[in-house]
Amino acid sequence: MADAALFEFLHTEMVAELWAHHSDPGPGGQKMSLSVLEGMGFRVGQALGERLPQETLAFREEVDILKFLCKDLWVAVFQKQMDSLRTNHQGTYVLQDDSFPLLIRMASGLQYLEEAPKFLAFTCGLLRGTLCILGIKSLVTASVASLPTCKFQVVIQKT
Amino acid sequence: MPRPAHRKPDYHKINKDLFVLTYGALVAQLCKDYEKDEDVNKYLDKMGYGIGTRLVEDFLARSCVRRCHSYSEITDIIAQVAFKMYLGITPSVTCNNSSRTEFSLILDKNPLVEFVEELPAGRSSLCYCNLLCGIIRGALEMVHLAADVTFLQDRLKGDRVTEIGITFLRKLDEKKYRRKK
Repeated sequence: MADAALFEFLHTEMVAELWAHHSDPGPGGQKMSLSVLEGMGFRVGQALGERLPQETLAFREEVDILKFLCKDLWVAVFQKQMDSLRTNHQGTYVLQDDSFPLLIRMASGLQYLEEAPKFLAFTCGLLRGTLCILGIKSLVTASVASLPTCKFQVVIQKT
Repeated sequence: MPRPAHRKPDYHKINKDLFVLTYGALVAQLCKDYEKDEDVNKYLDKMGYGIGTRLVEDFLARSCVRRCHSYSEITDIIAQVAFKMYLGITPSVTCNNSSRTEFSLILDKNPLVEFVEELPAGRSSLCYCNLLCGIIRGALEMVHLAADVTFLQDRLKGDRVTEIGITFLRKLDEKKYRRKK
């Protein structure tokens, strides 16, 4: 029903507006608006996680949850699977998307590299929020070497 | 090792929920940023306007709208094609004046408020869905039509229905929707 396009348009507008509103000239300014976007993504990720049918959550191992994020969640949210998943088997996972839809509209390559983090903050929060509902506390960051490829790093927090 | 069998989640529903939940998070954030309801409403309208100016191209590329000869045809397209395409609903259209420049879209169902039972405390003047007004206004402006778009009634405020009013402000001369081949 609600076209995937609508979410992308809304996301782009949010990045533009919240950035302008929250950023202040000081060095802390950039962090402030990234954390606002990340926080919103987190709440949405939690809400999405709560709506997953119970049967999908019969995971045996932590890596199965990460695979679920890379396949099912990514397809549901971005109409494609994550392109690769790597782990050091000690609680750190790197999820790589070679053509991340929220970066596609921007030029590819090294142009706009500085702008890229703003377009990743919400999605980092989304991953962290869904993991939270699935019982995993984590820190999620993203990095871009060259658009539209990006990597999401998930570090599991042991309590 | 065989994978444990589990039912695949409904991708379509998750995708639909994603937009509605993100919108809810946005409204919540704006309520934190602005004390006055009018400011939140204005901001939602402004963001909607920005979206609308870009959405209209997406809409024209996906649909095959014919040339329109009247404001009432345009309003029908907004209700029956655009709303259907993006939100999966078809509001009914009424014309409110004899010169056929003022119309209403009556929303029977509204997916944007699926997870909203009532307005937050102390936010009785909040136009929760004001983004929609901005989107319509921005989209129309990109096809050279000036219009005022506001909520006339809102179920979240206790009204019987949710009603969006569109008032076209200038005479429709040569500017019409382009037909995409």
